[in-house]
Amino acid sequence: MEMWFEEFHTPNVKLSMRIEKQLFSGNSDCQRIDVMESVEFGKFLALDGEILFSEKDEFIYDEMVTHVPMAVHPKVQNVLIIGGGDGGVAKELTQYECIEKIDVVEPDEMLVEVCKEHFPELTEGLSDKRVNVYYQDGLRFLRNKTEEYDLIINDATDPFGHTEGLFTKEFYGSCYQALCGDGIMVYQHGSPFYSGDQSECVKMHRKAYRSFPVSRVYQAHIPTCSSGYWLFGFASKKYHPVDDFKPREWKKLKIKTRYYTTNLHRGAFMLPKYVEEMLESEENK
Amino acid sequence: MNRDNQKRAPIYEALEKFRGRRVVPFDVPGHKRGRGNPELVELLGEKCVGIDVNSMKPLDNLCHPVSVIREAENLTAEAFGAENAFLMVGGTTSAVQSMILSVCKRGDKIIMPRNVHKSAINALVICGAIPVYVNPEVNSMLGISLGMEVSYVEQAIRENPDAVAVLVNNPTYYGICSDIRSIVRLAHENGMQVLADEAHGTHLYFGKDLPISAMAAGADFAAISMHKSGGSLTQSSILLTNKGVNADYVRQIINLTQTTSASYLLLSSLDISRRNLALRGEESFAKVSMMAEYARNEINRIGGYYAYGKDLINHTSIFDFDVTKLSVYTLGIGLAGIEVYDLLRDEYDIQIEFGDICNILAYISIGDRTQDIERLVGALADIARLYKKDKAGLLSGEYIAPLVVKSPQEAFYAKKRSLPIRDAKNCISGEFVMCYPPGIPILAPGEMITEEIIEYIIYAKEKGCSMQGTEDQKVERLMVLT
Repeated sequence: MEMWFEEFHTPNVKLSMRIEKQLFSGNSDCQRIDVMESVEFGKFLALDGEILFSEKDEFIYDEMVTHVPMAVHPKVQNVLIIGGGDGGVAKELTQYECIEKIDVVEPDEMLVEVCKEHFPELTEGLSDKRVNVYYQDGLRFLRNKTEEYDLIINDATDPFGHTEGLFTKEFYGSCYQALCGDGIMVYQHGSPFYSGDQSECVKMHRKAYRSFPVSRVYQAHIPTCSSGYWLFGFASKKYHPVDDFKPREWKKLKIKTRYYTTNLHRGAFMLPKYVEEMLESEENK
Repeated sequence: MNRDNQKRAPIYEALEKFRGRRVVPFDVPGHKRGRGNPELVELLGEKCVGIDVNSMKPLDNLCHPVSVIREAENLTAEAFGAENAFLMVGGTTSAVQSMILSVCKRGDKIIMPRNVHKSAINALVICGAIPVYVNPEVNSMLGISLGMEVSYVEQAIRENPDAVAVLVNNPTYYGICSDIRSIVRLAHENGMQVLADEAHGTHLYFGKDLPISAMAAGADFAAISMHKSGGSLTQSSILLTNKGVNADYVRQIINLTQTTSASYLLLSSLDISRRNLALRGEESFAKVSMMAEYARNEINRIGGYYAYGKDLINHTSIFDFDVTKLSVYTLGIGLAGIEVYDLLRDEYDIQIEFGDICNILAYISIGDRTQDIERLVGALADIARLYKKDKAGLLSGEYIAPLVVKSPQEAFYAKKRSLPIRDAKNCISGEFVMCYPPGIPILAPGEMITEEIIEYIIYAKEKGCSMQGTEDQKVERLMVLT
């Protein structure tokens, strides 16, 4: 017997993985949730048929959204993670002693329950005493927050699903308002490779670029993402991700990583020409 | 209402059966199930073009229904608690006009509020009846016309005992209801019929704790926009009649102007939507009310906006309020409604129903999800943060009482000349001027053009309202009676 999971990256390209067995399938109020055991990528979680993370490559993502801003901002105390139901990002953050509060806003309670059962090594990040989990819509949670956070990490990945509201101008506006005067927001910027994804990527840049004084894009290699190549956005009211980068201070913290290094930090902001041109075309509009 | 009966959808069932027979078409439409127009199939899909068929024996005929359309109409009447129902394919405009043409002849008087939809006044242009406007009270802060007060209707009836009918908006676009039950009683005591424009009231028949529907209040006619809150396809509508109305005569009136090639896409959508409303309407509209109420509370917490609801009720001009409507007063943040409407679309990719001088209206329906509501509220909060202005210099939309000099028909067909709008003061208008939406005329044929009206039109244009009705596309000139 052969079992294969397939995810379309474009109507004409798909990623296919051999599956050992399906561990969970269910529908929450927000989405369909599946957990599967694959031969190559270990266990992975899919939302509405799209892989959110796999055991094999989730560390890349979690590290890139946490350590990049943490090595720039000199003193992060209050962090907000939007849509961080799996706990992976929270887990990375708990390594930093300077952080006093981590709020995780996740609209889908079932997602958290499923992760607790199948990915306990990630969700243990949610049981740190500094972490508070709110089962709420991200936009709603943010609406009445003013200058409360030093760092906001938008963990939502899908601009078309139920998290669509987290890729809008109103969301970036609310984040701006919720951030302190030197706050940083990190968000998913999608994949720039396939033409179908490009327009979304450009749109995201437009919204952040117009909402924040500093708005830069960085990259990582994540095999289960569309084309295996993923971008992140770094938007800030004050700090520049490379000019204000503090590698020596960060190294002193002795944070354990598998992907992130201070060399990689600089390199991540050096984008391929076609991506640079794509983003600049938007900036020069 | 018999639930088992309501599970049927005769037109839909007949279409399904017809599809299964694979009949070879040597009749219209000429696209022949789409084969002759592949681009159309690409756009609409095979299933859709496959049921775009002509009237024929197994599918009945809307002009003279005897089988499946008749059954569907009977089920519709039952679902809405009416004596008879007519499926309409010319929009609620055709339903409104058919009910007016059914009761008014040339020279007859009809009592109506001035904030009627243009379709009602257009019907008067066609039949030559004369409007008697009941002055609606205006909420001067919100700048919107309210409902008709019973005492004003009473006065109009007393002054015009020869009037044949009273027309009531139930509710208005903004969700405001008059005391339709008392108006019906008063009108019937004086031998007048009651016509209800329920273009914004389909859900009143199915939702709980909503204002009373026209049929339940005893009105004689009601025009129902199924395609608004009812969920059917755009342009499909329903006309309801109550006991004592001669349905066969109404059918004749409808056939004066109705197409003889009624679309089965529209008819089947009415059939399916009626079934859906009858079986699941109550829970759907409970959800809609809940979402609208939630949005109202959240918007009012932002500050600056005023999302109004049942708090407006004053038992006279606002007898009741339809809580499914989400109208928001925006002048508090220094922006005209139309400006917020434009920002929502251009900056936030959110399309709402309309914006007027002081308000916006977001249409909440059975198709909405909570996350979309969050987007709307989030966008309004962001607009308040980024675009808030000083309130000075903003006009509030005062009600301008019309001065009816000639009947709409007389004015429409009279000899006219074109004048620059500023020079048209004190002339009689030969045409309509309105913002669309909502499509309520600022000026109707036969009315005096005053200084106040000219200023209002120019201001609304400046703020970006889409103006319609005049021969001059740019609304820089008006046709006036010579």
